Amino acid sequence: MKALLELSNVGMKFDTPKGQFEALKDVNLKIDSGEFVSLIGHSGCGKSTVLNIVAGLLQATDGGVILDKHEVTEPGPERAVVFQNHSLLPWLTAFENVELAVKQVFRKTKSKAEIRDWVEHNLELVHMAHAMHKKPDEISGGMKQRVGIARALAMQPQVLLMDEPFGALDALTRAHLQDSLMEIHAQLGTTVIMITHDVDEAVLLSDRIVMMTNGPSATIGEILEVTVPRPRDRLALADDPTFVRCRQRVLQFLYEKQRKVEPLPRRNSAKAEANRKRA
Amino acid sequence: MVTLTFPTWMEPYRALVTGKMTGEQWQTLLRQLIWPVLGMAVFLLLWQLAAQRIDTSLGQFPGPADVWEQAGTLVDEHQATRAKEEAFHERQEKYIASRLEQQPEWEPVYRDYTGAPTFFDQIGTSLITVMSGFLLASVIAIPLGIFIGLSNTAHAAMNPLIQLFKPVSPLAWLPLVTMVVSAVYVSDDPLVAKSFLTSMFTVTLCCLWPTLMNTAVGVTSVSQDLTNVSKVLRLNALSHVGKIVLPSALPMMFTGLRLSLGIAWMVLIAAEMLAQNPGLGKFVWDEFQNGSSQSLGRIMVAVIVIGLIGFLLDRLMLMLQRALVWDKSSVQR
Ligand SMILES: Nc1ncnc2c1ncn2[C@@H]1O[C@H](COP(=O)(O)OP(=O)(O)OP(=O)(O)O)[C@@H](O)[C@H]1O
Ligand SMILES: [Mg+2]
Repeated sequence: MKALLELSNVGMKFDTPKGQFEALKDVNLKIDSGEFVSLIGHSGCGKSTVLNIVAGLLQATDGGVILDKHEVTEPGPERAVVFQNHSLLPWLTAFENVELAVKQVFRKTKSKAEIRDWVEHNLELVHMAHAMHKKPDEISGGMKQRVGIARALAMQPQVLLMDEPFGALDALTRAHLQDSLMEIHAQLGTTVIMITHDVDEAVLLSDRIVMMTNGPSATIGEILEVTVPRPRDRLALADDPTFVRCRQRVLQFLYEKQRKVEPLPRRNSAKAEANRKRA
Repeated sequence: MVTLTFPTWMEPYRALVTGKMTGEQWQTLLRQLIWPVLGMAVFLLLWQLAAQRIDTSLGQFPGPADVWEQAGTLVDEHQATRAKEEAFHERQEKYIASRLEQQPEWEPVYRDYTGAPTFFDQIGTSLITVMSGFLLASVIAIPLGIFIGLSNTAHAAMNPLIQLFKPVSPLAWLPLVTMVVSAVYVSDDPLVAKSFLTSMFTVTLCCLWPTLMNTAVGVTSVSQDLTNVSKVLRLNALSHVGKIVLPSALPMMFTGLRLSLGIAWMVLIAAEMLAQNPGLGKFVWDEFQNGSSQSLGRIMVAVIVIGLIGFLLDRLMLMLQRALVWDKSSVQR
């Protein structure tokens, strides 16, 4: 089977005042239709850069991205993005935010009534039907993120790109949204690339976990297939041997093979130590 | 049973009447009523004391009571003038009617009443002028600000000019504007007076800048995230401006508009004084030249009215801002 999305030899060099900075080098990745892929790696390694290149918001300086036989040259709704901090237009209600996207994509193919139904349908999908006429500052962080996801889904993208979509949320809300996302993925079979810092989240949601090496010149270090069968249940998984092994592999990669080498400033080192213990 | 509901701001007063004040309500009462009234009283007292000690060539400086009296006089004068005007029109109507009876083919000539404008007429003139100047400035500054904010080239090209002209005082513009209006606006049957145009353009030139700069800054500071949303949605340039840029810039734009209106009002009074153009500024100048024993009192009335109108104009903008701007936190007092 031919891959839906293909990154070949993607490299990214930024021009900085101190000269060129090579953030990414030789990133090669093939993603099949319907696959759920997470990108994981230490902060600053270049995950967002990869995602933005796929989104078309950044242009790779080397190599390129091909989606469904077409090279990616600019952003577009077929590669919908869910941003880390929701990025809803604060002056529009949840409904209007989604509607803006739907109108833009389906203006020519859907009637007014169909557009309205489609907006409502997508808000129901993320369980936001009850608050769809509220403005972003009248709803919680988790709800905003749901609306952001609804907006992206409503574009019927070929690939859904998510940059730490649940990063700013508390653990409970995050678990809720992860469940919603699994449900939606199972229902729609959307292809998803998601950036995360959370190992459990990566293992729970993904078909494959792409682990990135530390920058500069970051690239893909390892790719792990998560063979845990779907549907997955977070409670049952806690002591599922496959799940535990996958989790172990990712942790090993992050904290043994790709341990942050630069010495941490004194004040933070205690915190880092605690983090390592916790992990 | 009937239950009366009070608006929250009235709560302390109700409690005061029923004798059930909480500590917090005392605080509110102090802040909302007692301190402001006390401040005003102290001011009036100091004014009175100071006024008694200042002797000018036009007599003693007016205290609050004199000013109050002059305010009454100004109202009376206004009413008297209006009555005269009405009588004039009545007489004219009668005359025309009777003459038409005798000479049906005669073309009647209606004349306007030509009495001196009253204080209130001057207020009206000033308000119309300031609003026209401000609207013209907004109509120029908002689109230009958006353009400058969107295009780095435009910003680079215009920024030096803006920085150069922004600090120019209205008094420096006035002679130029007067000459240009006189030279360019020649018409036998002018729609509006030249003096009106001169005042208006001077106001426009001076109050352009805050709106222009704030709009430009508002436009440049559209969040990168929202710009990315716009790119992913492939909004065309027009929708991008209309749906993303303008709403984002609206709070800043309103901050600019409020500043502009404040400047417009200050500039107008100065321009009217200097150019002797009709309006409150001219009223002040005329009283000053007139130099009767009441002049200072009348000028003081004008000063207070100017302040009051400036305050009301600002409140008006604030209300508009509250109604139109989505970001309520950006609306300061
Ligand atoms: N526009 C830019 N100009 C210069 N350097 C950049 C630019 N964008 C990113 N970088 C650098 O590229 C590297 C990768 O950044 P990126 O934002 O992709 O990291 P990340 O993995 O998403 O980090 P995080 O997990 O903290 O979000 C960083 O070292 C960053 O400093
Ligand atoms: Mg990032």
